[in-house]
Amino acid sequence: MLVVEKNALTEEIESLVQRFGKDRSSLLKILHEIQKTHRHIPDFAQQEIARLLDIHPVEVYSVITFYAFLNTEPKGRNLVRVCKTITCDLQGKDAVCKAIERELGCKFGESSKDNKFYLEYANCLGLCDMGPAMAVNERVYTNLTPEKAVEILNGVK
Amino acid sequence: MENKRKERKGAVLFTEYKAGKSIKKALSMKRDDILLEIKESKLRGRGGAGFPTSTKWMLTAAAIADEKFVICNADEGEPGTFKDRVLLMEYPDLVFDGMVIAGYIIGSSKGIVYLRGEYEYLLPSLNDYLENMRKDNYLGENICGKSGFNFDIEIHLGNGAYVCGEETALIESMEGHRGEARNRPPFPVTTGFMKKPTVVNNVETLACVTKIVEHGGAWYKEHGTDKSTGSKLFSISGDCAKPGVYELAWGTSIKELLEFVGAEKTKAVQVGGASGVCLNKTQFDRQLAYEDAATGGSIMIFNESRSMLHVLKNFMEFFVEESCGQCTPCRVGNIKLLEGVEMIESGEFTFSYINKLKDLGKTMQVASKCGLGQSSPNSFISILENFKDEILNNGNGGSNGK
Repeated sequence: MLVVEKNALTEEIESLVQRFGKDRSSLLKILHEIQKTHRHIPDFAQQEIARLLDIHPVEVYSVITFYAFLNTEPKGRNLVRVCKTITCDLQGKDAVCKAIERELGCKFGESSKDNKFYLEYANCLGLCDMGPAMAVNERVYTNLTPEKAVEILNGVK
Repeated sequence: MENKRKERKGAVLFTEYKAGKSIKKALSMKRDDILLEIKESKLRGRGGAGFPTSTKWMLTAAAIADEKFVICNADEGEPGTFKDRVLLMEYPDLVFDGMVIAGYIIGSSKGIVYLRGEYEYLLPSLNDYLENMRKDNYLGENICGKSGFNFDIEIHLGNGAYVCGEETALIESMEGHRGEARNRPPFPVTTGFMKKPTVVNNVETLACVTKIVEHGGAWYKEHGTDKSTGSKLFSISGDCAKPGVYELAWGTSIKELLEFVGAEKTKAVQVGGASGVCLNKTQFDRQLAYEDAATGGSIMIFNESRSMLHVLKNFMEFFVEESCGQCTPCRVGNIKLLEGVEMIESGEFTFSYINKLKDLGKTMQVASKCGLGQSSPNSFISILENFKDEILNNGNGGSNGK
């Protein structure tokens, strides 16, 4: 990481700590924001957050690894999460997933070659009455067919 | 997703309501009188556990502290449950008014909604709604002219962990820790968020309170059965013509419910989500109520074409992933149960081992630290018991037709 990048990240975290407060209860809010802007939480950010909240870096790491939405390694720019829980599964999730994998040329658990997408399975998205369902970043899409799912992903910038 | 509030029909929740009405009424009453109304209504927690709401609130109201908290548990992660999504999207007035009333009763000035990360798309509209409540003085200082009653609500986003629906894990998560359940006692009513007295209530429970304050506890009790008063929002999914969220009276039988949503050739009904129990045809006369087939609202319907072993495997994979790993019965037990399912799938099992696994499931029910591990063996035990012939006695050496 370049020094200028490090400095920028430190500044960003400092302003988040100022916004949410120095208390431990701000930790997840800060991690959420960093995850959102950087799509992962780099080592250096973990250390800086720990320093500014006055906790051990291992504490930060242990929290990150607990939650499904937080990760320490970079992923593709757009996060595609297909629900794999039973109702979506029975409504044809497999066909949707296969179509997505064919179209993007990568498997679930991987980023696409152009780094535009990262594919993963999600546990129940709470859209069981409109399955199969998937989320692309924060937006959700319901009643998918293989064709519709691919069309949606092709429309993502 | 479209807003269907105008089309929804029900006896208690899906009825007309003018935002703020119950707040004004509550503020003109004494705190104890409102608690008595809620006690009279016999309202029980709608998240699934069914703890009496009035008891929880009385304990918190009686606790002495400089600060107390009202937490709305919107970490709706149970497979097959989506009623809170509908309530928050279409009936935020009922939910937030209920939080303000709770704040007034227990003497709190801060409400927090723990919204599951998967529902982040609801956040802008909820924040807009809260902003309007502030403008109308339903939130803020001296609410509706009641001097000294200040209350505000903020929304805390979850980060994708099913176990955080358990109230002490939820509080841990809000304090910036891993979402691992705490030992109880002490209970959150005395030692909750930031070690302060805290009530944690399901979204639907809070909405019910708003209606109870509006119409009174006696009116509420007219609906449902003696032990399960009022109505319930059911999230119905799976093999039926009209999946969705419906308000039905407690005491409705499964048969009636199946007819209502147009389910045909039904083989199995999973009541209470992945952590609930799976019923077969002979049990469709059972009633949905706390005293019979209890549920937080999730109903999943499977027709005759479905493999119940496949369903069970999906559930067990879910629990293996979502177990927080803190206590051994749940961390190891769920993996062993999943391995058992895989053995049956490949035909490489013995009956004595499967029986041992059922015993292990019973051990998990008593030995696990929180509700996750205590309820995750439910589907394993009930599916293997109720669909024994299909899964174990199918004449293919148990290989389930493969």
